[in-house]
Amino acid sequence: MSEALNIVKDTTLTYDQTLLALAKLGENTDDSIVYSDAYYAAKKAGALCDLNEGRLPYRPRYICPDYDLLFEKGCDFLGLTPPKDLLEAINTLEIFYNHVPSVTCYPVYLGDLDHLLEPFVIKEDREYAKKILRLFLLHIDKVLTDSFVHADIGPKDSLTARILLELTEEMQLAIPNITLKYDPELTSDDFALACIRCMLKTAKPSFANHRMFMKEWGEDYAIASCYNGLKKAGGGFTLPRLKLYECSLAAESIDDFLKNKLPEFIDLQLEYMDKRVRFCVEESNFFKSNFLATEGFVKQENFTGMFGIVGLAECVNHLLHIEDKKKGFGLNPEATELGLKIMDVIDKRVAEHVAPYCDAFDHRYRLHAQVGIDSDGMEDSPGTRIPIFAEPTILEQLEVNEKFHPYFPTGTGDIFKFEETYEKTPEAILPIIKGSLSRGLRYFSGYLENCDVVRVTGYLVKKSEIEKLNQKKQSLNNVTVFGKGAQDGAHALDRRVVRYDD
Amino acid sequence: MTIKAPVNRIIPFSNVDGPSNRMAIFFQGCQFNCRFCHNPETIHMCMNCGDCVKTCSVQALKMVEEKVVWNKDVCVNCDTCIKTCRHDASPKVTWMSADDLMKEVTRVAPYIQGITLSGGECTLRSDLIKELFPRVKAMGLTALLDSNGSYDFEKDPSILEYCDGVMLDVKAVRKEFSDWLIRYPNEIILKNLDYLLNADKLYEVRTIIFPDQDEDNEYTVSYVANHIKDRCFYKIIRYRQFGVRDQQREILGDLTTDEEYASSYVELAKTLGAAKAYLI
Repeated sequence: MSEALNIVKDTTLTYDQTLLALAKLGENTDDSIVYSDAYYAAKKAGALCDLNEGRLPYRPRYICPDYDLLFEKGCDFLGLTPPKDLLEAINTLEIFYNHVPSVTCYPVYLGDLDHLLEPFVIKEDREYAKKILRLFLLHIDKVLTDSFVHADIGPKDSLTARILLELTEEMQLAIPNITLKYDPELTSDDFALACIRCMLKTAKPSFANHRMFMKEWGEDYAIASCYNGLKKAGGGFTLPRLKLYECSLAAESIDDFLKNKLPEFIDLQLEYMDKRVRFCVEESNFFKSNFLATEGFVKQENFTGMFGIVGLAECVNHLLHIEDKKKGFGLNPEATELGLKIMDVIDKRVAEHVAPYCDAFDHRYRLHAQVGIDSDGMEDSPGTRIPIFAEPTILEQLEVNEKFHPYFPTGTGDIFKFEETYEKTPEAILPIIKGSLSRGLRYFSGYLENCDVVRVTGYLVKKSEIEKLNQKKQSLNNVTVFGKGAQDGAHALDRRVVRYDD
Repeated sequence: MTIKAPVNRIIPFSNVDGPSNRMAIFFQGCQFNCRFCHNPETIHMCMNCGDCVKTCSVQALKMVEEKVVWNKDVCVNCDTCIKTCRHDASPKVTWMSADDLMKEVTRVAPYIQGITLSGGECTLRSDLIKELFPRVKAMGLTALLDSNGSYDFEKDPSILEYCDGVMLDVKAVRKEFSDWLIRYPNEIILKNLDYLLNADKLYEVRTIIFPDQDEDNEYTVSYVANHIKDRCFYKIIRYRQFGVRDQQREILGDLTTDEEYASSYVELAKTLGAAKAYLI
């Protein structure tokens, strides 16, 4: 049976999922971009992974349109004029979203919704505004059927954000993912607590370190997809990853790894990124003729490449011959120290590389702690996270995270599953978030252990939807299948529970 | 000489020992012997009988010069020693000074609102508290005492100078019930209830509701509610059998107080003016 036939006969795929799978198959028949033999060898050995981005980058991987411009000037191509009230604003966004591509085919950034909609929301009766926003969220969940669809709120409190939080808790939907841009001075404790209450029940919003992102990206940054920092009116060209555990298997010693093997793998991944970026800009039609580019909703110079890594913990443990992961990375100062050394090598070498295009970033790529994919199993923990089943107390986990998060402007984060006593004490979580963000944590996610909507590695799924797939039924959300894979293979939902006496 | 106190356990993050996120420090030793005690291993100091040394499966306990010595790094926290002990004590105790404790506090300070001293009975370590609390307050943290109410605060108010509040157990008011339940004279507790209220140092009062103790449950809750009104929190706690000694469980009942039954006492407290009464 051909691969195409396999796809069209798979009864667990919705129509859209079938179509996307066939499109990827078609894309992968082309081999216009040719890489070096060393690259192919490293990929075959599993040290490099292209995250199945597809062989022809016919659009950047992540696109973060300038929605302010849309509301200011409208859109010629789509025949949209600037919205004058809430209904028009929502309709404008819903139409526009449908034409914002990404590697998943769905928009990974929906805008800073509170900022965009507040001027319209405050002019309406609260209940009426809430009804419209309810339909808006329902539309997003049922039409943009992919959990990498992401909206931002904050840092300041607003009526719109409050209504969105209420609806998020009432509706219990996995889509969209939501981030609060948190700043201890701009975000009131009351608003932060409302966000924590919602997060405990629905695994969103997550808390992004606004000050840290501002310093790196300036004011116009977006959090998109899982937890990816990117520039508004820009985005990310490509995101491949070094599978550090597999990289470490090629080394004879720690020294050999740091001085020889790791730099070689870094260079191969840079080769891959350079070639894809060039193709995307120079060959594909996106920046030449797509209305997003021609009308200025995105600017080519605001895109950068995301240099991903995964499995630092397993890499370090292998290099130090540590078999019991409870005595390894994150729990043992020597292992954690080696992790930092490895990150310094990666950070320095990537920073020295002059990347094509990426003008807004001094022609440099930026690091990303990749959260893993469904087929990773237990061999590559997400980014620099401490492996599942080896996690220490939340305090110790945060202390390790704080050391590693600053390396990753294009995103990293950790997730904490809270025992149910925290439902009644959300105010106990706020100082934890405040303290860790002030000490270098970039991104904090949490949920209660009995939630239906849960955060798997970076994205959200409903446990009840995973159950549908287990019963060989379809799930509307394209990402549920990743959640099932991450749970089946890597126990992603079995992370340690933060106790009342942690 | 440096003042040191026996510490049974330090919890860096606790959401049940006072408001927000707190570090909770549990001292060893309590002069009460409450029948319902959930952590009876904190009541007495180790007698160095050595029973636990024999049952420890990882050799984390050793007899050194006739004393039981605990090796924290080897210990796997299986609690076999606690189960072995016939004296309601624990060999897993560390003597710590204010400096030692401040090291722990400093590490956790960015993530907490404050610290709570508990036990055992924390006020048995009043000298250490007086050294520790000013330093804790200087870091911008709040400092609470979780106490059985045996300390004469009126006689020595200096212990309260750097303390934001006391979480006070009022377990039994009627004398006969108190003598039976906590096995310690309770006049001082009731005196402290009033004293701390007037000194504005009472953060909350806690009372446990027992199954089948209608009369005393009502008596205690009414007394406390009438005294505190809405001036502090009143935490009504359901008796839970977990951790209670076998012998006492036979007397008190091997069950958890019914939630609805316990709620009726929250309502009673509220009717009497204790607006900040709640059930956990």
